Amino acid sequence: MINAILVFNNHGKPRLVRFYQHLAEEVQQQIIRETFHLVLKRDDHICNFLECGSLFGGSDYKLIYRHYATLYFVFCVDSSESELGILDLIQVFVETLDKCFENVCELDLIFHMDKVHHILQEVVIGGMVLETNMNEIVAQVEAQSKLEKAEGGLSAAPSRAVSAVKNINLPEIPRNINIGDINIKVPNLSQFM
Amino acid sequence: MSDVVERTLSVLPGLLGQHDPGVGPGGAGGPGRVSATSRLGSLIRSITALTSKHEEEKLIQQELTSLKATVSAPTTTLRLMKECMVRLIYCEMLGYESSFGYIHAIKLAQQGNLLEKRVGYLAVSLFLHENHELLLLLVNTVVKDLQSTNLVEVCMALTIVSQIFPREMIPAVLPLIEDKLQHSKEIIRRKAVQALYKFYLIAPNQVQHIHDKFRKALCDRDAGVMAASLHIYLQMIKENSSGYKDLTGSFVTILKQVVGGKLPIDFNYHSVPAPWLQIQLLRILGLLGKDDPRTSELMYDVLDESLRRAEINHNITYAILFECVQTIYTIYPKSELLEKAAKCIGKFVLSPKINLKYLGLKALTYVIQQDPNLALQHQMTIIECLDHPDPIIKRETLELLYRITNGQNVIVIVQKMLDYLKESKEEYAIINLVGKIAELAEKYAPDNEWFIQTMNAVFSVGGDVVHPDIPNNFLRLLAEGFDDRKEDDQLRMYAVQSYLALLEEEDALYPQKFLQVMSWVLGEYSSLVTDVDPEVILTKLHSLLKKTVITSETKMWIMAAVTKIASHTSCSKIVDRLIQEFSNSLDTCMRQYAFELKHLCEDKALMRNLLPFDGSCNDMVVDASLSFLDGFVAEGLGRGAAPYKPHHQRQEEKLSQEKALNFEPYGLSFVSSVSSSGVTGRQSPTGLSFGSDTSGNSAETGHKETNTLKLEGVRRLWGKEGYLPKKENKVGKENEPQTVSCGSLLGGQVGDPPALRSDQVASLSEEDKEKQQLASTLFIGLGSNAGVSLMGKADTATQKFKRKSKINETQSSEEASDFQNSAASDFGPLLDTVPINMEDCEGDIRTRLRKASLCSSDIVEDNLAFETPQSLKKSGLDDRLPDSRLSQSSLFADSNIEIFQPSQNAQCESASKTPLVPCLSEELEELTHSEVVELCQSDALALYLCKVWTDDSLLLVVFVSNKTTSALNAVNLVFEEAEHFQILESTAYQFPVIEAQNVECCQKRVWMDKICTQGILSGSVNYQSEMETRLEFSITLSLVDFIRPMEMTTEDFGKLWLSLSNDVKQNIRMSSSQDSLPAALSTLQQKLKLHIVDIIGNEGILACQLLPSVPCLLHCRTHSGMLALWFRSPCSALPDGLLYQCQKVMEES
Repeated sequence: MINAILVFNNHGKPRLVRFYQHLAEEVQQQIIRETFHLVLKRDDHICNFLECGSLFGGSDYKLIYRHYATLYFVFCVDSSESELGILDLIQVFVETLDKCFENVCELDLIFHMDKVHHILQEVVIGGMVLETNMNEIVAQVEAQSKLEKAEGGLSAAPSRAVSAVKNINLPEIPRNINIGDINIKVPNLSQFM
Repeated sequence: MSDVVERTLSVLPGLLGQHDPGVGPGGAGGPGRVSATSRLGSLIRSITALTSKHEEEKLIQQELTSLKATVSAPTTTLRLMKECMVRLIYCEMLGYESSFGYIHAIKLAQQGNLLEKRVGYLAVSLFLHENHELLLLLVNTVVKDLQSTNLVEVCMALTIVSQIFPREMIPAVLPLIEDKLQHSKEIIRRKAVQALYKFYLIAPNQVQHIHDKFRKALCDRDAGVMAASLHIYLQMIKENSSGYKDLTGSFVTILKQVVGGKLPIDFNYHSVPAPWLQIQLLRILGLLGKDDPRTSELMYDVLDESLRRAEINHNITYAILFECVQTIYTIYPKSELLEKAAKCIGKFVLSPKINLKYLGLKALTYVIQQDPNLALQHQMTIIECLDHPDPIIKRETLELLYRITNGQNVIVIVQKMLDYLKESKEEYAIINLVGKIAELAEKYAPDNEWFIQTMNAVFSVGGDVVHPDIPNNFLRLLAEGFDDRKEDDQLRMYAVQSYLALLEEEDALYPQKFLQVMSWVLGEYSSLVTDVDPEVILTKLHSLLKKTVITSETKMWIMAAVTKIASHTSCSKIVDRLIQEFSNSLDTCMRQYAFELKHLCEDKALMRNLLPFDGSCNDMVVDASLSFLDGFVAEGLGRGAAPYKPHHQRQEEKLSQEKALNFEPYGLSFVSSVSSSGVTGRQSPTGLSFGSDTSGNSAETGHKETNTLKLEGVRRLWGKEGYLPKKENKVGKENEPQTVSCGSLLGGQVGDPPALRSDQVASLSEEDKEKQQLASTLFIGLGSNAGVSLMGKADTATQKFKRKSKINETQSSEEASDFQNSAASDFGPLLDTVPINMEDCEGDIRTRLRKASLCSSDIVEDNLAFETPQSLKKSGLDDRLPDSRLSQSSLFADSNIEIFQPSQNAQCESASKTPLVPCLSEELEELTHSEVVELCQSDALALYLCKVWTDDSLLLVVFVSNKTTSALNAVNLVFEEAEHFQILESTAYQFPVIEAQNVECCQKRVWMDKICTQGILSGSVNYQSEMETRLEFSITLSLVDFIRPMEMTTEDFGKLWLSLSNDVKQNIRMSSSQDSLPAALSTLQQKLKLHIVDIIGNEGILACQLLPSVPCLLHCRTHSGMLALWFRSPCSALPDGLLYQCQKVMEES
């Protein structure tokens, strides 16, 4: 499980903080601070995994991080996650951000905090990886922002009309059309379908 | 257009100063929005401009105050509220609490339009936690949104549910979410599965009934949904792998298809098909195949293929490879695969990429116990990693070395660890490593000198962060010693000498814990060193006492040492001076010590008696009842003093008086001060005063205490047995240097062909030679001919594994016995462990039913009634029974509890079939009881069991029938200790003799100790026929066996209800056969032995108790075909267990 996702800049200013287990505010801040100090000390050319000691209470927690220009992306995970898998998940997340913001930079993260959170929600939900397919994530996010625009324009219209339009604008994801092509077949379990 | 502005805004921070467009995402915002966004902008701008933390705090507080005013103003529009939420999220991220906004976040989620709702939900999920009370206010909104026709709203609701949801409200949304599993959009199905996973995590028994829906999700037509369901399966299999072995084939097929590229192309990541999915599947396979040859066999092929396919040189393929390797080493081994996996590990270790190297080392550490040769292959890489600039790599390498330590390489490895320690500054790393060094030193120390020196290094480097076990263990080792008295004294003498030398250095600073260890050793054993004047030692201790850096706890230790030394010396100036100096110390403890010392010095004989030499290990007899005070107490009582009442009794009395006001100031503070002083007394061994002469050696008690403190979980490594192998190691060691000096640098153990080795030696540079040398010392004793020296380490390794596999064993044996047990009760064919064929849907349901309900045999019968004619008959019998019941026991006074009572003719029938089938004695026959079932059989013996549900316990009546024609002597029946059950009286029973063709019986009363829905009580019978024969059996006991009705009035029920706190609520569907409340309740009464207290309209209350006397109350209400159950009990696990039973009962009927 992923316990926390932290993004901070080179000066340790938090840019995105998402904890998936409940911790007191002070503990969270301490974790951010200590994580920053741990990560800052390290060169760019050494390994991207870190044992974070007793930061989260147990001993089998790990920090997996990547450094992009001015930002550190740090995932705190427990032993049930694959290190290299998470490392590439960070890459997927950042590439998705890049697609959604076109050339993402630190300021995007600050000023569109809510949007970044929404993108993250499509990737990781409740500490579990939900989606790793970048096109899919972008499609979801775009469908939502399309809706945003539609709603922005319609905000004055009567609510019934709004919901009618909303239903027309439902995100349609091409993947669903190809259902026939998906060849994952689980034999023996077919009677459940 | 607005997009362009936005880009400009974000890309050019410099513009921020003058430019104030404030156009948020989505563009066309009203005026309120513009100002709000720019407020976030200006907030961030001003924060960035600040220089100090203090200023930031001030600014944020200002911001929060203005936000507070805005959000609570009634005129604030939802749109403005949304912007405020974003700012609040920002403030929270910086660590400033904004709890005033939480309720508004919920309101926003309730009332806002889609966009506002989304932010509201986001804020809720960031601000609140699972147990936050405000979260309850969100439930209605979630329910409403789940029913919405708008997909986006449904999605948002599902997202919030899978992030954060109150446990007790799960029943409210569960049916809705179950419906969503059939939704036509895959994203909805996927999020619904994720939500169910969340529910499974926080309340597993609430989703117990939808396990088949998980299966459906697993074979969903969309791979994304299937991937989401794997989270649930991974979790469930982690908890109980044996229950899902039948799915192995499916997982293997899925993996095969994924690896084979059968997924649509958009699942590819860097042209690797669905790598995360593969990783997840490999994990699951590893868990399933662990210690299970048959299951493992199914997956060899696909693992082989995965290894083969993962060839592209990309991070993510290495992730898959690594997972593969781990799985291969976890499951039942296959040599071919192991070979390939080993090659793979080599790839990792030798990779120039540091991440891969790290993982390679990790994998090596993991497999080293199974395959030490692998470490030998990579020894040079390991040596290089020891000097790696990255401390993480270094630490992992040391971890690896720690695993391969043995008596021959311990010196080198510990030296490497100490080197690392000296550079490291991370507290966590230090604690961890210091513990390992201490462990290795105790286990493998080649000689006294090295051991003491290493421990000195541990204490001085580790400082005061070392785990308290380390000094405790060390001191205990010194004190308890070994069989050889001389050896012990040498070790102690060496310790004393080394400490004296350390204390010689005037300005050296040692950690407090080290000083404590030193002073204890000096106090106890300094008299062993004859060539040092005690006066010198006392002077040193005295000078320590005067240092300001010494904490008062350490001072106590030093004073205790001084006292002990003083008891051996006749008279000493230093002691006198010390007494003088500290008699008027401001520190009361020191002053007390000084006085004690003074008085003891006046009576040398008493002192010597009190502090005997090397007395720290003598067992102390403590008169815990304080009998020597009896006279004093009697005298006190005689004078009219109140008798003593224990603390809790006093507390209770106080509470029962229930005063409106507490008129006794400081009533409780006395109590707490007493206990706190007790605690400080225990902290340091010397803190315990030996002031009162009557209590004898209480100082020694103190020592005893530290010595025995916290020893649980610490293995005695250098104990009496451990010392002998150590000597053998020494012999081994004498041999070793010879091989090294012979020029074969790699040592005989390495196992490289000699020709190659000499080539290597020739071409090696000086530096490499050094490394080779290091390698030969590090990896010594690792090869196949390592012999004795490896034993110690290998021992622990295998033990680790043993312990694990033991758990598995017990699990599987439990399972097996489970089957056995039920097989004994006649439905054998259903119960084979072979994965039920999936083509047969019914078969699958049957397995599940069986899994769920193997608790008590009669329930199983009900389950399977429609399948086996025999049990059909029986259940028919059951149905008839309530009417034709003859005897009524006091226990089940309720008129219609269903009890199995074999009718007269049934008994006759069975009796005529086999003459030896036992029956209950008359007085037991009157009580409610189960039928007599056979437990196990051998040629000579047959065991039968009958459960008798008495008022105060479950009575197990075990009949042992002798089938032979001669008498059997000394038949022993022994029950094993079970985790969940408690057998009252003894667990064993002996039949002195059982005559031929005769039946004896024994009765055991059982309680449930730890609540579980069902558990196994196993045992065995030993008897002597021609040879000692042992017959094992196991009994499945269900929670229901221990539930008894609890009679009470409605009034009592109400009172008790209010006093209980553990709630469980659940709605269950009622079947058509019992659609009325009375019918449903009587089902519960019959099957679960609940007592119906009252029925009012569509509500009913029931009560029961778990033996011996844990009550559980149940409130039922019917509405539209559903039965709402609400349990309360003082014990948190009981409602869960009962709920489970209720669900089962209702499903069955």
